[in-house]
Amino acid sequence: MSARGRLSSLARSVAVPAALLLAWEAVSRLGWVTPLILPAPSAVALRWWAYLAPADPFDPAAGGRLAWLLSGELPHDAFASLLRIVVGFGVGAGLALPLGLLMGARPLAYQLLNPVLQLLRPIPPIAYIPLAILWFGLGNPPAFFLIALGAFFPVLMNTIAGVRSVDGIYLRAARNLGAGEWTLFWRVMIPAAMPYILTGVRVGIGVAFIVVIVAEMIAVNSGLGYRILEAREYFWSDKVIAGMATIGLCGLGIDLGMSRLNGWLLRWHRGVEG
Amino acid sequence: MSGAGASAAGQAAAEPAIRCRGLRKVFSAGGREVTALDGIDLEVAAGEFVCLLGPSGCGKSTLLNAVAGFSPPTSGELSALGRPVAGPGPERAMVFQEYALFPWMTVERNVAFGLELKGEPAPRVRAVVDRLLEKLGLSDFRDRFPKDLSGGMRQRVAIARVLAIDPPLLLMDEPFGALDALTRRSLQDELLRIWAEDRKTVLFVTHGIEESIYLADRVVVMTYRPGTVKRLVPVTLPRPRDPASPEFNALKRELTALVMEEQARHQADEAHATAD
Repeated sequence: MSARGRLSSLARSVAVPAALLLAWEAVSRLGWVTPLILPAPSAVALRWWAYLAPADPFDPAAGGRLAWLLSGELPHDAFASLLRIVVGFGVGAGLALPLGLLMGARPLAYQLLNPVLQLLRPIPPIAYIPLAILWFGLGNPPAFFLIALGAFFPVLMNTIAGVRSVDGIYLRAARNLGAGEWTLFWRVMIPAAMPYILTGVRVGIGVAFIVVIVAEMIAVNSGLGYRILEAREYFWSDKVIAGMATIGLCGLGIDLGMSRLNGWLLRWHRGVEG
Repeated sequence: MSGAGASAAGQAAAEPAIRCRGLRKVFSAGGREVTALDGIDLEVAAGEFVCLLGPSGCGKSTLLNAVAGFSPPTSGELSALGRPVAGPGPERAMVFQEYALFPWMTVERNVAFGLELKGEPAPRVRAVVDRLLEKLGLSDFRDRFPKDLSGGMRQRVAIARVLAIDPPLLLMDEPFGALDALTRRSLQDELLRIWAEDRKTVLFVTHGIEESIYLADRVVVMTYRPGTVKRLVPVTLPRPRDPASPEFNALKRELTALVMEEQARHQADEAHATAD
C-alpha cells in the first residue's frame, strides 16, 4: 500500500470515532445535558490522566522512577484486577484442561461427568455471588472463585470438543509408527485439539474479564470494578467513564496478545494463514 | 517368487512376510452384516512387491488394515513376519492415501517422529532424517508445515516418515491415488528405486490397473463383495517397465477384463441398492 493509501485508510478508520467524540463534546459544552449525566470527553480525559498519574511528586528516597510512575491509582487498580484474572483464570483453566482431556479421551469419564456439568453449566457465575461470599468471605478468595468458575466451562467444553474431534487417521498413523497411549495423548491428541482449546481459552478470558468487574463491585475494595462503583457514589461520572475506558483498553490489550499467541501456536493450521 | 534367497537367507526366505489362511472379515453396519473378506488365502514372500487390485468395495483396504493391525479379522489366521498380527506395529508401516501427516509438525519433525519413539539418540535421528530428506528431494522443505506442501510433496514426506523407522514390511493404501499423473509416475519410480535398494516387502493397494502392472511382482485381483482372491497374476516383465510395450498391454487387457467383471457386479449391486 502506498503512503497515500495508508493515510486514507487511517482516515477512514478514525473518521467515525472522531466525529462521535466531537458530537459528544458539543452536546456537553452546549449544556444540553448536565455533566453529571454525561461529562464531556475532554473532562473524562483530564480525569483519566489524574487517575493515571502519580499522586505525589517524585522522591528518590521512596523508590525508583518506574515505581513512582506506576504509583498512581489506575496502575494499582489495573494491577489488582489483572492479578485476579490471572489467578482465577489459572485455577479455572488449570482444572478444566485436564478434566476436558480426560472427558474427551475416555467415554466412561464423559458419561459419568457430563450430566452434572450440563446441569451446572447454564448457571451464570454471577449467581454464585451469595454462596461465594458465604464460603470464602470478602476479599480476593470469592473473586478468585467466581473468575475460576467463569473460565472453567468455556475451556472445559472446548477441550472436550477438541479431543473428540481429533481425526482418527492421526491416531492410526501414530500407533502405526509405534506410539503408545502416553505419546498418543501428549504428541497427537493435545496438539490436534489445540485450535479448540485456544478458542476455549480466549472465551474463558473474556468471561473472566466480565466476572472480575462484577466481583470487584461486590466483594473487594480495590480494582477497576470497585473504582467505578466508588466513583458512582461520589457522582464522579467522569471517573466512571475513565474507569470504563481503562477496562476496555485492558481487554483490548489482552485480546491482542492472545491473538498473537494463537497465531504463533497455530502457525501450522490452515485457518490462520497470514 | 522364485527361490531367489537360496544362499544366506534360506531360512528367512522360506518364511513368508505375510500369511493369510481362510481370512474372513464381517462388518455390521446399521443392523446389516456385510462380509468384506471371505476365505482369503495369500502368502507374500519376503522382499516381494504385491499389489491388491479391485474395484471399490472389494475389501482390498480391509485386508491391508487387517495386516496393519488396525482392524482384526473376524476369523482365520493372519501372521506377518512370522508372528500373528495382534495390533499395529512399526514393523508394518503404513502409507495412507490421505497422507496422515501430523499438521502441527514440520516436515522434519514428521519424519523424525517414529525414530524418536524408538528412543534413538538425537544425532542418529538427525542423520537418518537428513539422509531421507535428501533422498526424497525434501531438504529445502524441512521446516515447512504440511499445509504449505503440494500433494506429491506430502506423500514424499509420508514415505520418508515410514522409511525412517526402516520397516521390513511396507503397507500402502492407494498412496498415489490423489496425485496427478506425472507426479504419480515419478513417485512410483522413486518407490521402485527404494524398494530395489532396501528389498522391503511391499503390499500395495490400488484400483489402477496400469499402476499395478508397473509396480508389482504379483497382482492379486480381488472379487467384489465379499472380497476373495479372484486371480493371482505374476508380472515377470523386466524393470523398468514400459507401459507402451505390447507385453505390458497384453497384461493390461487381461487384468482389465478381470477387474471389469467385478466392477459390473459392483454396479449391479449399487443399482439394486438404489432401487430399494
